[in-house]
Amino acid sequence: MIKLISRNIWRFIILVILQIVVFNNIQFSGYINPYFYVLFILLLPFETPKGLLMLSAFLLGLTIDIFSNTIGMHAAACVFMAFLRPHILQYIAPREGYESGSLPRIYYYGFNWFLKYSIILIFAHHLFLFYIEVFTFSGFLYTLSRALLSSIFTIILIIFSQYIIYRKKV
Amino acid sequence: MRTLIKFLLKYYYFILFLAFEFFSVFLVIENNNYQKSSFLNSSNFISGNIYKRISNFTSYLDLKQKNEKLSTENTQLYNSLKASYKSNKISLLEIYDSTYFQQYITTSAHVINNSVNRQNNYLTIDKGKKQGVSKEMAVISPTGIVGIVKNVSNNYASIISILNTNVHISAMIKKNEYFGSLIWDGKNYRETTLKDIPNHVNINIGDTIITSGYSSIFPKGKLIGTISDFKHEKGGNFYLITVKLSTDFKKLSYVYVVGNLLKQEQKDLEKTSEND
Repeated sequence: MIKLISRNIWRFIILVILQIVVFNNIQFSGYINPYFYVLFILLLPFETPKGLLMLSAFLLGLTIDIFSNTIGMHAAACVFMAFLRPHILQYIAPREGYESGSLPRIYYYGFNWFLKYSIILIFAHHLFLFYIEVFTFSGFLYTLSRALLSSIFTIILIIFSQYIIYRKKV
Repeated sequence: MRTLIKFLLKYYYFILFLAFEFFSVFLVIENNNYQKSSFLNSSNFISGNIYKRISNFTSYLDLKQKNEKLSTENTQLYNSLKASYKSNKISLLEIYDSTYFQQYITTSAHVINNSVNRQNNYLTIDKGKKQGVSKEMAVISPTGIVGIVKNVSNNYASIISILNTNVHISAMIKKNEYFGSLIWDGKNYRETTLKDIPNHVNINIGDTIITSGYSSIFPKGKLIGTISDFKHEKGGNFYLITVKLSTDFKKLSYVYVVGNLLKQEQKDLEKTSEND
């Protein structure tokens, strides 16, 4: 249990550093900037209490906000994502339900399951983030295309990272 | 009472979500006003220090280019020294001339954090209150204007870049001095738009755009960029001009912070006229 908590705290710190040092500086043609740090919310254990889930998502968003001068935006998007997570998990649950002690990873529930899970949540997060950033619906399609392209890029990075980090356990 | 508790227990997750969401959106709106100072930004102590460390490391990667840039700038400065001009003066009498006194004061600074990919971009520099930087000073680079100081802490300052959809800057066309306002549309970081230039003015692609000096922040005549495209605003009497910025915001490393010593005087005067 303690191992699980400390592992998640480390993941929090590492993902925040990666985001501000590396991924905030990646940008293609004004459209695509990946927000890789949302991986933290995706990988939290199934049994995380809902209140803790939301609080940690809020803290994660706020930390990213402080470093990128966008107070509140990432926090709002992360809270929205955390709110959706239990519903999405229920919606895409395998027939036997989730085994106790298992984690939301590719090697437990397969590639298709993880892809579905991350596409829905990441797209929801990016859409929310990009619209709250422009704070208007004028230029609707432009913002939509930015959100869509960035989501695709983030999803690709996240799927790759899963294969790189967890390949030994497959 | 029991039904209320039941209701709260049943929907506590949704209520929690609403509470957090409202708080976040409140933060966004509260800080959207870019004149307002906020504590949680990249000029505060912790994040400022971390960015400084990162920048200390990354600044080694393009040292060569920076040195070249600095040395060209040095040559320019040497050339403009009084000593490099030959005097035509005949009389040897020195006269103290009180018609000229210093209006602008300049400090150099190093950019330690920068972004170009958001709608509202900010920079952080490594000079703050202790080095004489204060709010609403102008920030320029050797190649053109950069932004306006928003917040200062003891050793750092955060700058609103002109690549920010909230910033309007008074700019003019160099050759005929017609002025308009410069607004970024949030799309391409190499381009910005100039509005409010009337239709009858004669402009060409390649004309130079400079600051007008009307705002008491930027000195007059600082380079902004050149006209790369223009068209008539739909149904209006004004041009919509696309300006190619002379500064490449992705390569920014050294900047100058320029303070106007007479700003308060100008502002006070304008205020009294408005009150009349």
